[in-house]
Amino acid sequence: MSENATILCRCEDLTREQILECIEGGCHTIDEIKRVTRAGMGPCQGRTCRMLIAQELSNYYHIPLEDVLMPTFRPPTKPVTMGILADAYEEGGCEK
Amino acid sequence: MIKEVEILVIGGGPAGLCAARSASKLGAHVMVCERDYVPGGQLVKQTHKFFGSEKQYAGDRGIQIGKMLIDEIAADPNIEILTEATVLGIYEDGVVTVLYQNQHLKIHPKKIIITTGAAEKFLSFPGNDLPGIYGAGAVQTLMNVAGVKPAERVVMVGAGNIGLIVSYQLMQAGVEVAGVIEAAPKIGGYLVHASKIRRAGVPIRTSYTVKEAFGTDCLEGVVICRLDEKWQMIPGTEETIPCDTLCLAVGLTPLAELCWQAGCQMAFIRELSGHVPILDENLETTVSGIYAAGDVAGIEEASAAMVEGRLAGCSAAASLGYSPQEAKIMLQAAREELNELRSGPTGSKIRAGLQKMSEKKGVKTAC
Repeated sequence: MSENATILCRCEDLTREQILECIEGGCHTIDEIKRVTRAGMGPCQGRTCRMLIAQELSNYYHIPLEDVLMPTFRPPTKPVTMGILADAYEEGGCEK
Repeated sequence: MIKEVEILVIGGGPAGLCAARSASKLGAHVMVCERDYVPGGQLVKQTHKFFGSEKQYAGDRGIQIGKMLIDEIAADPNIEILTEATVLGIYEDGVVTVLYQNQHLKIHPKKIIITTGAAEKFLSFPGNDLPGIYGAGAVQTLMNVAGVKPAERVVMVGAGNIGLIVSYQLMQAGVEVAGVIEAAPKIGGYLVHASKIRRAGVPIRTSYTVKEAFGTDCLEGVVICRLDEKWQMIPGTEETIPCDTLCLAVGLTPLAELCWQAGCQMAFIRELSGHVPILDENLETTVSGIYAAGDVAGIEEASAAMVEGRLAGCSAAASLGYSPQEAKIMLQAAREELNELRSGPTGSKIRAGLQKMSEKKGVKTAC
């Protein structure tokens, strides 16, 4: 099995090769890769793949890991069903 | 409806429970949100005895310490604890949203203490998505919380304390530990833990890594490979070890997304194991009114997390005007205990990390 077939983002089933293609295609940041591939947008919200992808960017662009730009973190921290949000709206737990 | 709360503690592990307790002792009202079914964090599965001094419950097992903290909290009328409550977001207006047992709550706290702990790091290698590959924490949960024998034959990656302790507990559960491999040239954990499993015949092989995992429907074995001094695999040193489980104990990283969301100034500090919020001496982040304690502020032992929790809880309560005199004494005691815990050779890494943090100039912003 080749190293490029290694899964980096388990939630979205993305291989190292797919991430590398993205970087070679001009992506410089985790956020850009996310927008193209959905990496980090699954149930774990990037907790597994974020730093693995950061490492690939660090290797490719020869920049230290600490200088790789982190993505934007937004609520919710984990997926929430539409039903729960709808219930909250009806009960006044969500703003109009 | 928005619920008003004095102090909201996010995470009911050792840091969070101690933060809640100390804030309550000073007279503040506290709400704790814990995402799991039970509070206690990692303590609920730690069947090993703690080191350190008596003040941090040395000699007691993690589960006993957890139970004691939970009992104290349960008997404390100033503390309300929500379980199965995951904090989803911290918004600009200071409102915190929570997924609480399938309901969406909105909470408006005066002060927030983030004690979300850490997540396990993962490794990238071919076959790393095969069933049978776990983080060491997950295996420990299966064994010690769910009472499930998680494997027949396991290979452990990582000879830090977690890797060594979980290996020993696997053996206690009747699992064969085929070996522990460690990428670094030496064992990272305490030698007392390492000796225990070595004496039982488990090889610990330093300067080794996982090259590949294989199996048809689930894990059947791993190929390990030796590393040179530049951490590169040496061709021709591959060995195949049959196993049904591979356990990754390759370190933890702070679970800091809520700090990012809240706009806290963050820094990547290798010695603290990842991105951490920049804190002042009261463990307040750069966002006024938001504190952080425990692993989220840098990976350390549970004993340090408990003391940090106390420090943050005191700071938050004191900032609300509760018992300033008593708070001062408690803060001083907590700071001294932390210095004591971090002294000596085992504390050198954390001291270096905290030094780096103090060199970053945090700029305070209002919440």
